[in-house]
Amino acid sequence: MTVNATAAAAVEGRITADVGASDYQAILRNPNFQTLVSSRNKFVWTLSMLMLFIYLGFILLVAFDKALLAQKVAGGTTSLGIVLGLGVILSAFILTGIYVTRANSRFDELTERLKREVGR
Amino acid sequence: MIPRSSLALAAALAAMACPQAARAAGAVEGAVEKQGLNITAVIIFFAFVLFTLGITYRAARQTKSASDFYAAGGGITAGQNGLAIAGDYMSAASFLGISGLVFSNGFDGLIYSIGFLVGWPIVLFTIAERLRNLGKFTFADVAAFRLDQTSIRVLSATGTLVVVSFYLIAQMVGAGKLIQLLFGLPYSSAVPIVGVLMIVYVVFGGMKATTWVQIIKACLLLGGASFMALMVLIHFNFDPNAMFAAAVQVHPKGDAIMAPGAFVADPVSTISLGLALIFGTAGLPHILMRFFTVSDAKAARKSVFYATGLIGYFYILTFIIGFGAITFLMNDPTYYKVGANGSFDKIRDLIGGAANMPAIDLARAVGGDVLYGFISAVAFATILAVVAGLTLAGASAVSHDLYASVIARGRTTEGREVNVSKISAVVIGVVAIVLGYVFENQNVAFMVGLAFSVAASCNFPVLLMSILWRGTTTLGALVGGFLGLISAVLMIVLSKAVWVDTFHMAGTAVFPYDNPALFSVPLAFVAIWLFSKLDASQRARREQAAFVEQYVRSETGVGASGAHAH
Repeated sequence: MTVNATAAAAVEGRITADVGASDYQAILRNPNFQTLVSSRNKFVWTLSMLMLFIYLGFILLVAFDKALLAQKVAGGTTSLGIVLGLGVILSAFILTGIYVTRANSRFDELTERLKREVGR
Repeated sequence: MIPRSSLALAAALAAMACPQAARAAGAVEGAVEKQGLNITAVIIFFAFVLFTLGITYRAARQTKSASDFYAAGGGITAGQNGLAIAGDYMSAASFLGISGLVFSNGFDGLIYSIGFLVGWPIVLFTIAERLRNLGKFTFADVAAFRLDQTSIRVLSATGTLVVVSFYLIAQMVGAGKLIQLLFGLPYSSAVPIVGVLMIVYVVFGGMKATTWVQIIKACLLLGGASFMALMVLIHFNFDPNAMFAAAVQVHPKGDAIMAPGAFVADPVSTISLGLALIFGTAGLPHILMRFFTVSDAKAARKSVFYATGLIGYFYILTFIIGFGAITFLMNDPTYYKVGANGSFDKIRDLIGGAANMPAIDLARAVGGDVLYGFISAVAFATILAVVAGLTLAGASAVSHDLYASVIARGRTTEGREVNVSKISAVVIGVVAIVLGYVFENQNVAFMVGLAFSVAASCNFPVLLMSILWRGTTTLGALVGGFLGLISAVLMIVLSKAVWVDTFHMAGTAVFPYDNPALFSVPLAFVAIWLFSKLDASQRARREQAAFVEQYVRSETGVGASGAHAH
C-alpha cells in the first residue's frame, strides 16, 4: 500500500489499530476459516448456477419455443408460460431464503467460532 | 404498437430489446397532452411532501458525523433496508410501465419484471455481505481496498457519475411528463419541484432522510397496489383463471396475450438485456450504497432477502393490475378517445396512452377519485424518492472518492468532507434541473439502458474482480473498467435506439443488437484479467500480497467498520 493510500485508509478508519497483519495470517490458517470459506463458496456457487439456469432456461424457452409456453394448463385459459414465469419469481425468493437460512445458522456459527478462537 | 407521439413510460432497456416494449423502467418518452387538474392527487402529494420534510427535519438533527450523512450511522435495520432497496426498484416506470406493458401485450410484461428480479439473488450470493464487510460509505471503498486509491477512486467515481447523470436526466424528464399527465400541471413546474425537494432531502437529511423517503413511498405504493390487485381478485372470486379468461375475451389480441409475443425478436438482444439487468443491478451506485447503512453482514443479507420478496410480490401485483385493467377498462368507452362513429382502438385510443395510464385508470375504476388521486400522487412521489438516492450517490462519489481521497489525499476532516458532499448535492440538483429543461423534448429512453449497461460493464466487473480474485491489480482494474465503460457507451451510441432513432443517422445501426452487455461485460472481465496478468510491477506484487487482509475481512467481517464510526 502506498503512503497516500495508507493515509487515506487511516482517515477512513479502514485500518483498525487492533487488527494486525499477523492476525489475518492466523485466521487464514485456522481450519474453521477454511471450512467456512470452502463450504460457503460451494453453496453459493450451486445456488448462483441454479438461479442463472432457471432464468436463462426461461428466457431461451421464450426465445425458441413459444408454442410450448402457449400451451394451456389443466384445460383453463392460464398458459404454461404464466405458470413458469411466476415460478421463476418464486424460485428467486426461495433461493435467497435457502441461502439466508443456511447463512444465519451454519455460516454465522462457523464465523463466531472462528472469531472466538482468534480472540476477536 | 404504441405510436411514438404517445407517452411511453419507457425503460430504455425494453426500448432496446424491442421498440414495441419501449416502456418499462425509467424514462418517460414522447409528447404528452396535459390533463385536467387532479386536485386530490395534488393534495395527497402535498401531504407526502410535508410529512417527508418533517422526517428530514428530524433526520437533520440526528445527522452529525460523516457516517450519519453517508450511511445513516449504520442504524438502518434489515427490514427497513429491504423496504428501501425494494423502493429503489418500485419506480414510477416499473409500476406504470410494466402494468401498461401487460395491458397492451399480456404475458410479455412478465418477462420484463423477471429480468429485474433475478439480479437480486445474484447480488446476495456474490457481493452483499462482502460489501458490508469491506466498505464504509461508497463502493469505491471496496474496489480500492488494496488497490491504488487515487486511480481506482477516479474510475469508480466516473462510473458512478455517468450512471447517476443518465439515470437522473431520465427521471427529471419523466417527472415533467408525469406531472402533466397525472396532476394536470405544466412540465415546467415538475422539474424545479423535484430538483429542489431532492436537494433538501439530501443536504439536510443525508442518508437517513433519503432512506425514510424511500421506505414511506414503498409502503404507500405497496399498499395502494395491493388494494387494487385485491379488488380485481375479489371481482373474479380469487380465480386467476377466470380473470385470464375474461381478459382474453375482451383483448383485441385475444388468446395471444397468454403467450410470448413480439417482445423477443432477437435472442442475442434478449440475453444481452438479461445480463445488463442482472449485473447492472449489482453495479448501481445508489443501490450498492444501501449495504453500508445496516449494522453488519447479517443485516445486509437479510435485507436482500426481504427486498427480493417485496420486489417479487410487487411484480406479481403489477401483473394482476395489468390484467385487471384489461378486463375493467377495455369495454368502457369512458376511458377512451371515441371516434365519430363510436369506435375506438382498445389499446391505442386509451386516454393518456396505454403505456402509462392502465394502472391509473384501474385505480379510478376500482376505487373512485380518491384512489385515483392517491395512486397518481404515489406514482409521482416514487420519482422523488429515487432521485434523492441518486443525488446522494453522486454527491458521495464527489466528496468521499474524488475530494477526500484524490484531491485532498486523505488530509481533510470529516466535517469538511460532508460539506463538500452537500455542496455537490446542490450542484447536482441544479444541473439536473437545467438538464430537465434541456432534454424536455428529447427522447431519453435510451439513458436508463445506458445507466444499467455502464453499471454492468464498469462498476460491477471492477468490484467483483477486486473482491474475489487475488490477482487483480490496479492496472488491470483501470484498463478493464474504462474499456467496459467506453465500449458500453460506444455500442449504445451506435445502436438503433440512439444512432438511428435519436441522432437520425441514415441507414441501419452500426451496432446490430439493442443492448451491449453481452459483449461489454465479458470484455471488461477479460481485460481486468489480462492486464492484471501482464502487470509485473512492484505495486502489483504489493497489491496481490495485500489480498490476504481483504480476503479474511470480506469473508468474516473481522476488522469491518462498525455501525457507528464517530
